[in-house]
Amino acid sequence: MSHKAIQIDEEDNIATVTSDTQDNEEVEVLSPEGKVIIKTKSLDSIPFGHKIALQNLKKGDKVVKYGEVIGVASKDIRIGEWIHINNLESSTVPASNLGKGEAA
Amino acid sequence: MTEFYGFERQDGSVGLRNHLLVIAPIDCSFEPAKRIAAQVEGAVAVTQYYGCGINEMVLNNLVGTGCNPNVAGVLLVGLGCETLTSELIAERIASTGKPLDIVICQRDGGTLKTIEDGVRKLRKIAQEASEAKREPFPLNKLILAVECGGSDATSGLAANPAVGVASDLLIEEGGTVIISEPQEMTGTEHILAQRAINENVSKKIYEMISRQEQRMKAMGVDSRFMSKGNIDGGLTTIEEKSLGAIRKGGTKPIQGVLENNRKAFDKPTCNGLWIQDGTGWDVASVTHMVAAGAQIVAFTTGRGSTVGHAIAPVLKITGNPETYARMEDNMDINAGTILDGSESLNSVGERIFNALVETASGKMTKAEALGYKDFAIFSTDRISERMLGFCD
Repeated sequence: MSHKAIQIDEEDNIATVTSDTQDNEEVEVLSPEGKVIIKTKSLDSIPFGHKIALQNLKKGDKVVKYGEVIGVASKDIRIGEWIHINNLESSTVPASNLGKGEAA
Repeated sequence: MTEFYGFERQDGSVGLRNHLLVIAPIDCSFEPAKRIAAQVEGAVAVTQYYGCGINEMVLNNLVGTGCNPNVAGVLLVGLGCETLTSELIAERIASTGKPLDIVICQRDGGTLKTIEDGVRKLRKIAQEASEAKREPFPLNKLILAVECGGSDATSGLAANPAVGVASDLLIEEGGTVIISEPQEMTGTEHILAQRAINENVSKKIYEMISRQEQRMKAMGVDSRFMSKGNIDGGLTTIEEKSLGAIRKGGTKPIQGVLENNRKAFDKPTCNGLWIQDGTGWDVASVTHMVAAGAQIVAFTTGRGSTVGHAIAPVLKITGNPETYARMEDNMDINAGTILDGSESLNSVGERIFNALVETASGKMTKAEALGYKDFAIFSTDRISERMLGFCD
């Protein structure tokens, strides 16, 4: 059975995987309506709750989740790639702040 | 058009429940208040713990609770020497036209006589209230509060977006939604401001989030930091983290910011989505949204919060299928079906919307069936608010 990833808003260019994927495993991406929008290979091991790219992105491109810009790509990103702190930066908070907070 | 069945009140608002509210303006008279409530069917006693002086924030939230249409009648149980008097609260609730009465321990002869007198007065109100009949109303009479607590990685992925779908459906049918917890909106002010209906609302959103950050900063906390737990769980940016919480309010334009502080107390003045400048403490956050007029609450939880509310039905929605299985006695809706692809986000959202309408019409939530009567008023601290220039 293939892994699932959920696109929360139809404008999103990323989705969230709902199980831990391994390199090169198939991921089926579901739209908010439950339609399979793409099937792609996971290019990394992506943990549950983490993001997968739904399209190729250039450095500086906007990353959209919840229908809003959650930050910009800090590197070129390929479809199926894991999107996290190594390739996505906040538009409002410097990367040096990451992981230092106490609050949940 | 969807309809729900509720109780029309004299002021034109519609109650989903027919509660009798016993208010002890101060905790000094909470014991007799609780004993009176225990002896009358459908009654619930509440109080606050910020002393007996007049704190407008506390007063407004007590009055707002009494004015909520889920309350059919009110009995005030005072001690007698407090500055925050029963008469003051009664005066401000009286405009709703609902039955009201007062007993005062020092005036009425101590605990036993006050309880006897109070039970007799509340019994009369209970019988009067019992004559109310449910009638059909359109959803423009419904105000939904959305809240999250005990969140986990499934909250921003399943439960909050699904509740967001329900919020949008409600607003499309003329309803109103209140979202609170501005602490969780950090880093998204530019996004929320774009969704505001005008410049003034946009400015108020910036000011509200800035005040929260200044309070946190005064405590030595930078609220823009992401914790290691957030990052391990898959959240990368503060925008993403905050949007995951905000999504439960849906995607509609923001009508305004509801002030709830020492200077002002606002209620929604039209239908649509509103943000309350509230607190992050779950029970108090729900209480403040209910005081602003919300009659029903959609509460998302990942790890499994169990709270309900004294006068409003609280529907629990979890996006975590394991939490649903482990705590089915508390969880009304399993949104975890989104995770394995067995149900779409939109379909779960519709299921939540339908459950809200059924609950509005009288079906008990699990928290109600279990007798949960949570209530808490939160007040900002006057000293720090004055030092920050937020109040006189």
